[in-house]
Amino acid sequence: MKYIVAIIQPHKLDEVMKSLEDVEVNLVTVSNVLGRGRQKGLTEVYRGAKEVGSLLKKIKLEIACNEDFVEPTVQAVIKGARTGEIGDGKIFITDLHEVVRIRTGERGGKAIG
Amino acid sequence: MNSGDTAWVLMSSALVLLMTVPALAFFYGGLVRRKNVLSLLMQCFIILCVISLQWILYGYSLTFGPDTGHGIIGGFDWVGLRGVGGQPNADYAATIPHSVFMIFQCMFAVITPALIVGAFAERIKFSAFLLFTILWATFVYDPLGHWVWGMGGWLKNLGALDFAGGIVVHTSSGVSALVMAILIGKRIGYQEQPFRPHNLPFTVLGAAMLWFGWFGFNAGSALAANELAANAFIATNTATAAAGLTWALIEWQQHGAPTVLGAATGAVAGLVAITPACGFVSPMNAIFIGILVSVFCYIAIAKVKALFKYDDALDVFGVHGVGGMWGTIATGLFAEKVVNEAGGNGLFFGDVHQFLVQLLLIVVAPVFAAAMTWIIFKFVDALVGMRVEKKDEIIGLDLTQQSEAAYTVVE
Repeated sequence: MKYIVAIIQPHKLDEVMKSLEDVEVNLVTVSNVLGRGRQKGLTEVYRGAKEVGSLLKKIKLEIACNEDFVEPTVQAVIKGARTGEIGDGKIFITDLHEVVRIRTGERGGKAIG
Repeated sequence: MNSGDTAWVLMSSALVLLMTVPALAFFYGGLVRRKNVLSLLMQCFIILCVISLQWILYGYSLTFGPDTGHGIIGGFDWVGLRGVGGQPNADYAATIPHSVFMIFQCMFAVITPALIVGAFAERIKFSAFLLFTILWATFVYDPLGHWVWGMGGWLKNLGALDFAGGIVVHTSSGVSALVMAILIGKRIGYQEQPFRPHNLPFTVLGAAMLWFGWFGFNAGSALAANELAANAFIATNTATAAAGLTWALIEWQQHGAPTVLGAATGAVAGLVAITPACGFVSPMNAIFIGILVSVFCYIAIAKVKALFKYDDALDVFGVHGVGGMWGTIATGLFAEKVVNEAGGNGLFFGDVHQFLVQLLLIVVAPVFAAAMTWIIFKFVDALVGMRVEKKDEIIGLDLTQQSEAAYTVVE
């Protein structure tokens, strides 16, 4: 099992959700986050006082999946989120030790879907 | 007695109330960080409660009551509204009930200390703020109001012109705000970390409502529904429009983009500057007053404040102090008797004396307000401590002073 974290542009969320649905990945948690990468932040000015390099709004997707679904998930996120411009985001993949479905107490791979 | 005049001044009183709550409260509330928004709303709200009572009990008598002899302060004759009833008082307004004049002025007494709260925002102890407000209203606003507006007041006798409060309201609160900001010290992290307004839509909404309410403030100060009120109304709108546009253009030139905060700030500065002048100057000259106030206030906030590094958190001095003083001088430049026979001619209309009296105002009022504020600060600080603990300031005043939070993260 893998735990996939994807940081994407906020305006690409709908497309990513659609492409994930197309590969039958339904389990996803979405949150608003702030971040900064090579893109850096934009300058803000308040009554003449500059605030430089502030954080940018991003969307974080968290997806847990079995090994078979890792590559389709990654491809789906790329398909939905990619514009080719700087700031498109990142995908992080880590091993996932355990999953528990709260309703039934099921564990492991069968608890994911 | 005139029912049209009475209706207009009562309506104007309600408009001026709206300037404090919600207009000023949201203008300020949007500018602070989210952990402090309720403290600003609460301070504005409670000032409306406290000063309304102070005014009825003794504030009105001290300000407008019969002079005690030297033009310094009114007496206690009208304490508890004794003798302030339905009969007009011809000294102030001959065509409306005396009580209507009193409640109109009440709203001015309310908003003036509320303007100051922007300076010590995000770091003052609520108990200290409350004590400060009552003492400031009593020992700064009431005497100064008497000097400029009260029958027998020494500045009024010299011929001082302040139509709706450029000196009594804005210069006094703006200068006191600067003194408070310096004495209470900078917020933790000031100029080291970003301080972003947490809700600019609140601020813009507040500024727009200030503009609306200010028609009561300025045009209502004619104390009648007549051509003078109309002149004040149009001059107010014109100066505000010119100032809001000018500020946006300055920012566009300086930083490459016009901000809505800039346009809103400029508009408020325009409202401040036209306040003393609106009943004495023509609408065309109001354009100059509006353009120049944005230039002066922008320099004060973006350049002078950065140079001297004082933390006037929401720029009360930069907008109300500087704007009020410019408006007072501008009255001495642009006033003309064609607009208001009871007013005077400014420098540009041939009267040097009027100009000099206006200059005297912007010396006397700031010195008096600053000295008294310094004394009141020291007194309150010794009594209860002016500033919150460092830990409380970091957590925020909403939770530590009001025990509530404006926004929840989870339901």
